[in-house]
Amino acid sequence: MDYTFQFEQVLPQLPYLLGGALVTLQIAFVTFWAGAVIGVGGAIAKVYGGTGARRIASSYVTFFTNTPALVQVFLLYYALPDAGVLLESMTAVLIGLTLNAGAYLTEIIRAGVISVRRSEMEAAIALGLSRLQILRHVILPHIARTIYAPLSNFFVWLVLGSSVAALFGVEELTGRAINISTANLRSIETFTVIAVIYVALTLVASTSLALVGRWAFRVRAKVF
Amino acid sequence: MFDRILQEAPEFLTVENLVFLAEAAGRTLGMTLIGCSVGMVLGLLIAVLRQSRARALLPLRAVVILYVETFRRIPFLVIIFIVLFVIEPLVPGVSLLGIATVAVCLLSTAFLSEIVRAGLEAVPRQQVEGARTLNFNELQTLVKVILPQAWRVILPPAAAFVVMFIKDTSLASQIGVIELTFAGKMLVNRGFSPVLGFGAILASYFLLSYPLSRLAAALEKRLASP
Amino acid sequence: MHHLEIHNLSSAYGSHQILRGVTLEADRGEVISLIGPSGSGKSTLLRVLIGLTPPTDGQVFVAGQPVDYMSRKSLRALRNRMSIVFQQYNLFQNMTVMRNVTVAPVEIRRRPRAEAERDARAWLEKVGMAHKHDAYPENLSGGQQQRVAIARALAMNPEILLLDEVTSALDPERVNEVLDTIRSLTSEGITMVIVSHEMAFVREVSTRVAMMDEGRIVEYGSPAQIFDAPREQRTRDFVSKILRH
Repeated sequence: MDYTFQFEQVLPQLPYLLGGALVTLQIAFVTFWAGAVIGVGGAIAKVYGGTGARRIASSYVTFFTNTPALVQVFLLYYALPDAGVLLESMTAVLIGLTLNAGAYLTEIIRAGVISVRRSEMEAAIALGLSRLQILRHVILPHIARTIYAPLSNFFVWLVLGSSVAALFGVEELTGRAINISTANLRSIETFTVIAVIYVALTLVASTSLALVGRWAFRVRAKVF
Repeated sequence: MFDRILQEAPEFLTVENLVFLAEAAGRTLGMTLIGCSVGMVLGLLIAVLRQSRARALLPLRAVVILYVETFRRIPFLVIIFIVLFVIEPLVPGVSLLGIATVAVCLLSTAFLSEIVRAGLEAVPRQQVEGARTLNFNELQTLVKVILPQAWRVILPPAAAFVVMFIKDTSLASQIGVIELTFAGKMLVNRGFSPVLGFGAILASYFLLSYPLSRLAAALEKRLASP
Repeated sequence: MHHLEIHNLSSAYGSHQILRGVTLEADRGEVISLIGPSGSGKSTLLRVLIGLTPPTDGQVFVAGQPVDYMSRKSLRALRNRMSIVFQQYNLFQNMTVMRNVTVAPVEIRRRPRAEAERDARAWLEKVGMAHKHDAYPENLSGGQQQRVAIARALAMNPEILLLDEVTSALDPERVNEVLDTIRSLTSEGITMVIVSHEMAFVREVSTRVAMMDEGRIVEYGSPAQIFDAPREQRTRDFVSKILRH
């Protein structure tokens, strides 16, 4: 094979790519927190809601966790104009990925909620704590400790999953790589560079999350 | 929008289209199952390699660890593209489905090797030591003692991984593989309403994924340590 | 010539010295017991003898032959003559009692299955577990599992049997059934090295007792001497502390 690697064609573009990495993180961040709002609602609905609320939440979760995020966004992106709603790429992607994330987060948070043991609650009641105090000092810390590791892993997963946005023209890391490589035709070098950036991003993310977890909750998570 | 759907439905739900979708679903399933089977076998080899302490194998172990830790941290979309750019000039005429399957194998091997490794390490050390003191060699210990006990820990997360991967194969559509997602795009390009087109795709994925995810959940329940 | 000879055996884990020049010998058929406080290196000594933990110094001789712990061939030969029973998790959980006992003779020693099963049944009878030959370990009590583990070790016809605190993980009611089994073996002519906290038992069955502390043999003599007339202060301290319970 007669191929000479020409990384010099890509490396000057590093600032541009790193800008894309920033967008990637922003997407992950937004979809995580917006999804978390849905997740809390969904978890509460599934654990404490009436039959109707439970069924809706269940159907939502089942639907979004058994179908690919890419197709969910396709549907949103192409179907909404038909219904008269014109969305910008980024918005459609964010909505689609948020709905997707919300389903998974519902399950993670739900697992945390049902993990609170009755004995902990009964002990708190016996000690005379008010319901609000119990919530604040017993339930929420327990849930936070339980779900911190799964949530960290999920965030990292979202960072990787945000690459789907590139397929809709969003200029996050993968999107910018596509831009560059269509211009300089150095596809292998460009994509290798962003692969390295993704690895670095996820390593930094998971390491910092693990460190924060150790400090805040004394959660014994693997740092590396 | 809804009138359009009602209008197009009969034209959409033809035998021809359904066969087309079924073939695409076949490719989706094929990529997933072949990729994950290969991933399981290679993952087992990697896990066993990582457990051994032979000094001669150290460079190989280092390469393997680098591979696993790297490929778990790159988006599948990027992996697919890289595999495409590397293989296509090397092997002219290779099918896109083949390229996508190679990408699936690369990713699934990395993830499954970790799952297998956790399973192997879950077997109590004394079981392995007992085998050693009875003069079992490494292969005999692995086959007769470790694996029969490790598979219970390996199977549930492995099944969950396969279920997750069915959805990831949708990214293969981006290099032109005519799997379910690409089929959906084709139908929409032919003029069908996106709701019909992508709706049918979502339904197809659901039909593939849901039964498997229930199976995975049942496995988790039955095999979870008492 | 002694059956088992240990000369100045040492073993270290990183910078932590666990065995410091242990010297011991046992004649054929003798029952040697190792007693001493936790962390004194008793279990490590057994692990080094069977080759699970590498020695950093010293020599071991079995029937006059030196053991090379770095050589696979030597280790195989050693384990054909020496068997060990651990504190727990001995039995292969994925095999029945009978299979546990016969797997090594059949697969490793290549004996015909029928012959191995006949022998296995005899050993299982001896430990009182023949009726459970079809059971899986998870359905047996701790004491029953340990007895099967002993049968499995014996099925290899060892000259030397190592027992590493085999009753320490058992419920008190189960301890005696295992001790009875061990007691009945002491007349089989197998050289035994036992690590145990069961002092009355140790005193009763042992030919000689070694008191270990901080990786060294502090005192080595007959049970009467060690328990009734210890010469070393540390032995005295340990024995009086134990016997006070």
